Amino acid sequence: MSNRKLAIKVEGIGKRYRIGLKEEAHENLVSALVDIIKSPLKNYRKYRSLYDFRDMEDYDSNENSEDILWALKDISFEVEQGEVLGIIGMNGAGKSTLLKILSRITPPTVGKIQINGRVSSLLEVGTGFHPELTGRENVFLNGTILGMRKKEVDQKFDEIVEFSGIEKFLDTPVKRYSSGMRVRLAFAVAAHLDPEILIIDEVLAVGDAEFQRKCLNKMQDVGQAGRTVLFVSHNMPAVTRMCERVILLNAGRVMIDGTAHDVVSAYLRGNQGSSAQRVWEEPDDAPGREIARLLAVRVRDVNNNITDSIDIRKPVSIEFEFEVLKSGHVLMPMFSLWNDEGVKVLMSVDLDKTWRKRPRPVGKYACSATIPGNFLAEGLFLVNVALWATTPTPVKQFSAREVVAFQVIDSMDGTSARGDWGGNMISATRPLLDWSTRFEPCNNDGVIGIGAKESVK
Amino acid sequence: MASEQDNITTSVIKPTSGWQFIDFKELRDYRDLFFFLVWRNIKVMYAQTILGFSWALINPFIQIVIFSIIFGKIAKLNTDGIPYVLFSTVAIIPWTYMSSSMTASSQSLVTGKSMLGKIYFPRLIFPLTAVLSNLVAFSISMLLVVGVMVYYQIAPTWNLLLFPYLLILMVSIPASVGMWLSALAIRFRDVKFAMPFIIQMLIYSAPILYSASSIPDKYRMLYSLNPIVGVIEGYRACLLGTPIPWVYIMLSTLTAIVMVITGAMYFKRMERIFVDVI
Repeated sequence: MSNRKLAIKVEGIGKRYRIGLKEEAHENLVSALVDIIKSPLKNYRKYRSLYDFRDMEDYDSNENSEDILWALKDISFEVEQGEVLGIIGMNGAGKSTLLKILSRITPPTVGKIQINGRVSSLLEVGTGFHPELTGRENVFLNGTILGMRKKEVDQKFDEIVEFSGIEKFLDTPVKRYSSGMRVRLAFAVAAHLDPEILIIDEVLAVGDAEFQRKCLNKMQDVGQAGRTVLFVSHNMPAVTRMCERVILLNAGRVMIDGTAHDVVSAYLRGNQGSSAQRVWEEPDDAPGREIARLLAVRVRDVNNNITDSIDIRKPVSIEFEFEVLKSGHVLMPMFSLWNDEGVKVLMSVDLDKTWRKRPRPVGKYACSATIPGNFLAEGLFLVNVALWATTPTPVKQFSAREVVAFQVIDSMDGTSARGDWGGNMISATRPLLDWSTRFEPCNNDGVIGIGAKESVK
Repeated sequence: MASEQDNITTSVIKPTSGWQFIDFKELRDYRDLFFFLVWRNIKVMYAQTILGFSWALINPFIQIVIFSIIFGKIAKLNTDGIPYVLFSTVAIIPWTYMSSSMTASSQSLVTGKSMLGKIYFPRLIFPLTAVLSNLVAFSISMLLVVGVMVYYQIAPTWNLLLFPYLLILMVSIPASVGMWLSALAIRFRDVKFAMPFIIQMLIYSAPILYSASSIPDKYRMLYSLNPIVGVIEGYRACLLGTPIPWVYIMLSTLTAIVMVITGAMYFKRMERIFVDVI
């Protein structure tokens, strides 16, 4: 591998789906019955049309229409051998479709991809695992499904078993395993794939945190061994750590293609449809009941700007606007914060003295709570908001999950709680604590003294 | 599609269209996976059952008993002088294989849909796995045939040399039906509901419970276009030493070849949309 060659060349890939049209609603029994009789032909046309595009061969003139969706359009990029490329984007941006096309699971509608090298794709861990088979048998089955030859599995078998750490249960049917054990075994097989090109979807979202890290490290090794890796993830710290280059997809197109840092921060800043703000314009869509209804939720930084990227040392405010439709009730706004491992980091209830225990008149309210800087850990946080009417009996007015999200970024300049530590700091919070050291000098020239002298300066 | 170049395999992914035939080279590359999937099916077929592989004997045995009583003793069907138990055993064993393979094979893509959307391997492996793994049950149930032949003291004849050919012919029928119907079933789940009905029709469309000689001569040619006819009558001749019905076997072979080729082509044509319409 003296001169860097291309591993993957993607040219103008597009993928079109035909989504089913809405079903007609029935107004009465007779029309429903008539429909049952007429439906076979209609169903036949409907299911047939799902893949039939003959009426629209000229794809350029057909943008997304009523029932046509271009999940991907005009995607072109190149990946060099040994490069670790991250692919990020919001849900529905086309990441999974792109991976499915690259893994040959589904063909593209237009375009061409040239791949130089043996590909293994990992869109799921434990594909083909059969509950009735033993761990040992599933290793072989899963290994061959992922593209290994039997010979390769034979060679790596001991290593796989050791990595999984479930030697004792190797001859037990997998259905008797705990879900954790199953994931470990599946990951162990996946981590020992040895292709030239590895395609990984968001598979690291399962399993316990410690084992996830073990796998991430193993996959990083894979990247460093001159292997090409395509990596889709929502785990921004992992993407920034593993990838040199990142592609941001949005609505089926490549938005930005650049260095990991630039693209990830652009994504988090949210130039397109920020995750830091959610507004319900239509009253019908908004969460709420007869007393109150949610209008908007926002994440603001210390300068009152709406942002989804927060410096770990700076405070962040969660603000939500709601409308009271019926006066005379005591209302209690609250929110909770979840990290990307699904841990509820905190929950907070409105303590504003002005409105606490006071019935509220009809009108619009905006309440806001500020989380201090140097408190949350680095990573992604999701916000749930809720509002309860407490009199006469508690009635929930709305409860909206994961309405906004923001990312806490920790710099490495030594002024945050991270100090000079450059490694992982997995925890829900990262407060800046007061540390103190008591030092007692030792006069005789013992080992302790030498060590102590060095630590003094 | 793939070519060797500097020891690095280059492959091209582009829209597929039109009619294609089976990519045998690719199938060969995936032979280890094919083997393990067949083996998995065999291993889990009778998992957590008390009787295990005995079911491969019990199922046809009970059918033989019932048919022998109803069609042999009560209806007294013409069997060209062969005892009815013997007559039906040699037919029901291959029929059980063909019917269960057809059912399993036609549903193979739908049952394997979670795997279908997550990993690529030649999709043809799905229906073929079901067909091949059922051969284990078939071999076990052949013990019944041997038992009945010993009981009636039927000596093997040179006709037995036809057995391997009939085996291939027999496997090709559920394989071709499986290719057709599994590809159809992924788009239209109606196949699942139609299958028991189709199987029931097929058992009467072939000389399993009755003799082919009871079909009027003028319909004989049309009748023997059904490939199951050749397999069943062939097995009878092969195992019982009666004259070999070459016409049936030839016509069945012809139909089977047409079915396999069209099935493979239809399957390959539909292959590209499997994941999208699942």
